[in-house]
Amino acid sequence: MMFKRLQRDDRRRVRITVAGIDVEAREGDTVAAALVASGLDVRRKTAVSGAPRLPYCMMGVCFDCLVTIDGIGNRQGCLVPVAEGMQIEIQQGKREIGR
Amino acid sequence: MTIARDAIIVGGGIHGCSTALHLCLRRLKPVLIVKDYAGRHASGVNAGGVRQLARHVAEIPLSIRSMGIWEGIRDLLDDDCGFDSHGQVLVAESDAELDACRVRVADLNERGFTHEELIDGPELRRLAPAVAETCPGGIVSRRDGAASPAQTTTAFRRKAEALGATVREGFPATNLRREQGLWRVDVGSDTYEAPVLVNAAGAWGGRLAAMLGESVPVETVAPMLMITSRVPHFIDPVVILRGRKLSFKQFANGTVLIGGGYLATPDQDRNETILDWGGLAQSARTVHDVFPIMRGATIMRAWAGIEARTRDDLPVFGPSAVHDGLFHQFGFSLHGFQLGPGAGAVMAELIVDGGTQTHIRDISIRRFQSSTP
Amino acid sequence: MTAAPKQETYDVVVIGAGPAGLAAAAVTAKAGLSTLLLDENAGPGGQVWRSVMSTPVIAPDKLGADYWSGKALVEELAASGAEILHRATVWSLDKALDVGFSVGGGSAFVNARRVIIATGALERPLPIPGWTLPGVMTAGAAQTMLKSSGLVPSGQTVLAGQGPLLWLLAAQILRLGGCIDRILETTDRRNWLTALPHALSFLASPYALKGLSLIREVRGKVRVVSGVTELAAAGDGMLQSVRYVAAGKRETVSADLLLLHQGVVPNVNLAMSAGVDHRWDERQLCWSPVCDADGGTSVAGLAIAGDGAGIGGAAAAIASGRIAARGVVAALAPSRLASLPSKDQLAAALDRATLGRAFLDVLYRPSKSFRVPSGDTIVCRCEEVTAQDILQSVAIGATGPNQLKAYRRAGMGPCQGRLCGLTVTELMAETRGKTPQEIGYYRLRAPVKPIALSELAALPKTEEAVSAVVRG
Repeated sequence: MMFKRLQRDDRRRVRITVAGIDVEAREGDTVAAALVASGLDVRRKTAVSGAPRLPYCMMGVCFDCLVTIDGIGNRQGCLVPVAEGMQIEIQQGKREIGR
Repeated sequence: MTIARDAIIVGGGIHGCSTALHLCLRRLKPVLIVKDYAGRHASGVNAGGVRQLARHVAEIPLSIRSMGIWEGIRDLLDDDCGFDSHGQVLVAESDAELDACRVRVADLNERGFTHEELIDGPELRRLAPAVAETCPGGIVSRRDGAASPAQTTTAFRRKAEALGATVREGFPATNLRREQGLWRVDVGSDTYEAPVLVNAAGAWGGRLAAMLGESVPVETVAPMLMITSRVPHFIDPVVILRGRKLSFKQFANGTVLIGGGYLATPDQDRNETILDWGGLAQSARTVHDVFPIMRGATIMRAWAGIEARTRDDLPVFGPSAVHDGLFHQFGFSLHGFQLGPGAGAVMAELIVDGGTQTHIRDISIRRFQSSTP
Repeated sequence: MTAAPKQETYDVVVIGAGPAGLAAAAVTAKAGLSTLLLDENAGPGGQVWRSVMSTPVIAPDKLGADYWSGKALVEELAASGAEILHRATVWSLDKALDVGFSVGGGSAFVNARRVIIATGALERPLPIPGWTLPGVMTAGAAQTMLKSSGLVPSGQTVLAGQGPLLWLLAAQILRLGGCIDRILETTDRRNWLTALPHALSFLASPYALKGLSLIREVRGKVRVVSGVTELAAAGDGMLQSVRYVAAGKRETVSADLLLLHQGVVPNVNLAMSAGVDHRWDERQLCWSPVCDADGGTSVAGLAIAGDGAGIGGAAAAIASGRIAARGVVAALAPSRLASLPSKDQLAAALDRATLGRAFLDVLYRPSKSFRVPSGDTIVCRCEEVTAQDILQSVAIGATGPNQLKAYRRAGMGPCQGRLCGLTVTELMAETRGKTPQEIGYYRLRAPVKPIALSELAALPKTEEAVSAVVRG
């Protein structure tokens, strides 16, 4: 595991779904942080060559955290706070449109 | 130091670069003067449409000549220029528009032009499945396609240089004058002289012409474009609309280019443009209506080129009406890219042979003579 | 839209709610000017004070006093009367001072009489082989996760690079019980000598004591390897090891997390796309806006404050935010000037805050080898363009980053050059034997952040364009 949570974290728990799998996050987590902390394989594939990527900068400048949130793609996961029931999908290659 | 050349070409867009190349093919040694770098302005940043479709009749002969050259461009320039040919389609959004298309095709056929074909709804959807169901048909020009504008312009420049053209980038052409039967121009600390001068200066071509005593009614405009992120392939031909401003192209890499001619505000002395987001929003709305599949797309970048538009939307092409050895090749009014290869070939013929078989009389500068301001 | 600006025009729009933006907006609002502060994050604080109002790391000694000092600025802003919109991403700013931004899934434009850009800095790229592997992140990323979510590295973690932030991060990770296997320090030893002339002012500054105590705190607990001259990340589809050279010896360490850092540089995208003139700063090795004493730029009515105007740190950002705001008040509400600190007072505050900066800039000047990569190393992450690709393009005639676009897609991806621009400029400069100033930078345009087509389509309609069909 790359990251672990603090022993004491008083923030409300928030449940999101990542590629169909339930993940527990905390209120105030960004989607990108929640993904990286989840322990799941959340690597996306680049649209250019299909190379695997994970978030790099966590501050909205690298665009490696692009993720589909509630059906809308190419969202910067590090700028979106988690919300109860959010559906996250990992982007593989050229983003699908028209869904 | 004064350097003699066979021709001086002012302007490094596709027109200047193409003329330089074609003069080299005819064994001349031109100098090409580019105030910024080849393809910096309209030629490098346009939609890349390689289009015979929907042209004014006056331009069609030149367009057809140019299309032939496009089809051999890889061998001509040792560069594929990103050119692909999946046709261009003009979409009618209503029955009334389709009627107008029918009239247009009939008119062209009468004039002997067969490159535009009327198509019905099923054929439209076969060519471009992503177009909204409500569109009853349109026109297709099957030889047409698209290319990479920056890559193409640069390829012309490089090949011209390889064949002996002198290319001076980063310097404006100044102090243009005619002395002892020769054109002279200062470029930095050098002076070039030649019997022939070609004004291919794009949005600066009008100023140059006026300075040499041949004003034409031309203004500077800045058409805007947008590009999206990569999306899975869904359309082959380039699409334009009959009734609204849209030009729509998906590249091999999946990105989609949206153009159509909404205008930004140019400041040509500073090489700058201020985008009009109202116009871009209108482009986005048009795409939204005509291509439902694009509703989830993301706009990555918007920009505008700096180009010359004449009062009648036709280029200024051919020998000067006033000076010997002066030729004009500007004012392409937002549709000069596809004409570039052919225009350079024809210009070389005018210069070397004194004439051309391609019909260009209707785009001569003479048409403005009686109405110079 | 769930949140929208209350007005269509404002006296002042401030972009970025870090130290500079918070300070500036508070000043203009208190002076009675209608002020809108826009920030793309969920809460105020920018990078240095990220999540200061919501962090789960509440024990005061973990993140340090400098972090918690941000609360006061946030409270000052809240009391000032400024309107603040969070999760508002500005994507367009032009000379007319029209500000286009996206909030709550919709976009809007507001107009301002004055704009202050306070979008701060971002990490300097550290383009080593393998830096795009999953598991390689920036030190700032780890800090963000720590502050916002209380997440700490827990596996085999390597920190690599140089600069004060690296030490601060290491200290914070260790205080919170996180794991660090080793720190690979890339500071060029020769820099100690060249930094010497600035040592006295450094020692007189607050940096010295804080910095030295941080370093001592960390060195006591973590192995530090100094004089690292080569770095590479390796792994199959994800980071598995870090290879490095120090004192001539090659080493490999297993790792699942590599945190890179070699300083921060101004985030120029919004300013450049708005037409602000920038020049190459050879000391800070980055592009800085050309600013006057009030942060004013080449675009009338547009000022820049904080790290975006030149790296100086949080205290300097506060001072420069107040200076820029004072300039705005002088222009729009001069009768209120008397209630503000004087220009001299603010200048003195800025001087105090930047004391010691020169020493850090020189000591931590990144080596060429870590700024200019070679071979297969990726330069443009978005479009996967390598150093070799760029050199090939130079060989066939590409003279600068914009001409490069005729051959390669470097800079044409979503990050708009934020992670590759400096590298491309320096790589081309070195290859062509020119200065970075001569080579130039990408020509940046709006939208500086991507915008959904549907959002753009939903912008309120303006007058229709000319009816004549114009075909391109």
